[in-house]
Amino acid sequence: MSILVNKDTRVIVQGFTGSQATLHSEQAIEYGTNIVGGITPGKGGQTHLGKPVFDTMNEAIESVQPNASMIFVPAPFCKDSILEAAESGIELIVCITEGVPTLDMLDVKKRVDELGITLIGPNCPGLITPGEAKLGIMPASIHMKGSIGIISRSGTLTYEAVKQTSDLGFGQSSCVGIGGDPIPGSSFIDILKLFENDSQTEAIVMVGEIGGTAEENAAEFIKNNVSKPVISYIAGQTAPAGKRMGHAGAIISGGKGTAADKISKLKECGVHVADNLTEIGSTVAKVINK
Amino acid sequence: MNLHEFQGKELFAQYGLPISNSKVIYEAEDAFKACRDIGGSKWVVKAQVHAGGRGKAGGVELVDTPEEATSFAKKWLGKRLITYQTDEKGQLVNSVLIEECTDIAEELYLSAVIDRESQRVVFIGSSEGGVNIEEVAKNSPEKIIYESIDPLCGAQGFQARKIAKVLKLNNEQTKQFTPMLKNLMKLFVEKDLSLLEINPLVITSGGLLHCLDAKINIDSNAIYRQPEIAKMHDPSQEDPRESEAAKNDLSYVSLDGNIGCMVNGAGLAMGTMDTIKYFGGNPANFLDVGGTATQERVSKAFKIILDDPEVKVVLVNIFGGIVRCDLIAEGVLAAIEEVGVQIPVVVRLEGNNADLGSEILSKANIKIESINNLGNAAKKAVELAK
Repeated sequence: MSILVNKDTRVIVQGFTGSQATLHSEQAIEYGTNIVGGITPGKGGQTHLGKPVFDTMNEAIESVQPNASMIFVPAPFCKDSILEAAESGIELIVCITEGVPTLDMLDVKKRVDELGITLIGPNCPGLITPGEAKLGIMPASIHMKGSIGIISRSGTLTYEAVKQTSDLGFGQSSCVGIGGDPIPGSSFIDILKLFENDSQTEAIVMVGEIGGTAEENAAEFIKNNVSKPVISYIAGQTAPAGKRMGHAGAIISGGKGTAADKISKLKECGVHVADNLTEIGSTVAKVINK
Repeated sequence: MNLHEFQGKELFAQYGLPISNSKVIYEAEDAFKACRDIGGSKWVVKAQVHAGGRGKAGGVELVDTPEEATSFAKKWLGKRLITYQTDEKGQLVNSVLIEECTDIAEELYLSAVIDRESQRVVFIGSSEGGVNIEEVAKNSPEKIIYESIDPLCGAQGFQARKIAKVLKLNNEQTKQFTPMLKNLMKLFVEKDLSLLEINPLVITSGGLLHCLDAKINIDSNAIYRQPEIAKMHDPSQEDPRESEAAKNDLSYVSLDGNIGCMVNGAGLAMGTMDTIKYFGGNPANFLDVGGTATQERVSKAFKIILDDPEVKVVLVNIFGGIVRCDLIAEGVLAAIEEVGVQIPVVVRLEGNNADLGSEILSKANIKIESINNLGNAAKKAVELAK
């Protein structure tokens, strides 16, 4: 097993004919991902990368029955594209695009929650189940089928965790980049639940960073609900305080949001925290081989 | 993106919120006429910078004559104001806001933010205004109300009445406050705000609500659909290297160490800084070249890093997902050649086309330390910076 995607997942690509979508769809197809077609309004009827192009999600659903969508449309159109997929009944939406206005995400998040749809991202590297399907922009070669579930707010830090767990021979069950935006479609907790129930996953690596309280909330959830070992790394221990935060924002977080706070909360809740970025893999090894 | 107080108040005026009669001046000689145009016999003069704490730093004064207003403007225009929120260099004062004086009976607090946890716009109100709100939150949390707004329904009257109770408004003031709250929410959504703060929101001696200050931040992701607000951008309020970086779509924050960092991805950039620190070094900057770094942008990033005279060595750490490491390698070489880099450069490439990238670097005539392991690359950079 794995989480969210496998070789049977039928993927539609929104913004299919754009340059980034083309590059990454090509690589995803090469990886074995079952991409069944794409959507670019105005280009319906064409063929791209050997797959049919549609004007609307409705047409795509009628003819190729996708159940997951990967979105590459420019940021101003993401709200529209996510809602089109959600309203058409797509179960899993992965939005790669960076720079989506936060207020657009407030509306989108409310609607996808109402519909019970899983949204990953935006501003994320996507997700991968090694050896089965890749819905994202991660370099395929560093992954290896295995037992570690990885969740991260940062793209390149996800790759770091992946590489280190591959190098030590553990491999990954699935890797999910939830994205670095203030309003992500899925939280650490949403993905932790999935890994906890996945038989292939033996341990979970959670990569966090400063800002907000997502890691603190996840720590509390782990303490009460996750039986598998969780290893974490938090980026930003040397980041200067208050560089981006306004006054009022600081109240809401009530003094939380620093790396030190997150690390102490995680430790208090039984999470194994790697002291340094280069020690994620070795911390996993220590915990698993105990 | 931050706005000046006077720009925030322009937006308040567009949404019918009560603000003082005022004029903005950019030249000291205009102060006299501004006071006369506003009228009255007392004015408040306020240095316009993107930072709080102006009052305590001497950047806000009450004056009785237009001459005093002129000398305040002379004193501050073109100078830098240092407050507890700025760095030691302070912020450049380009403009002064002159306002009619308001008689204050009570000082209150009102703000709105996008709360990550509830995923809503949340209004925060307190009967304690004009002071540091974090202190109020810590010492008397019962004096603060948080009211979250549904994105579809918008701010409702009952929510205004709830906040009004905590602000201890009387019936008349509550009636005045209800449309104010609705309009603030409208402003927040229509102009893509990420933060709005009125500290203080005052009750005048006449018993009316009045916005004495305006602090507004705009969501940078939404600037593309806010052309009017984009024009309000004041680059003089930003670190010159940071604004130069922003112009090139690079995210840069200046720090006080001596190891320059060029990294792709914000998380990895922070992780790289932490790793340098862990091995006993000090990062000179945070720099994210972004997911779609082109050769030009990498060159630009290099120039910005090297513009900092403290930098003794540059550590390039690229994990190629979207970016191809061979492109980065070419960019590094092009920049080194173009800028004439004299200091050592340590490069760690991993991911997409990493082998190809390392090969390009090793074939180059310039001396570059190409190290694939991040720990070793960071150690090398720390060693070279000593």
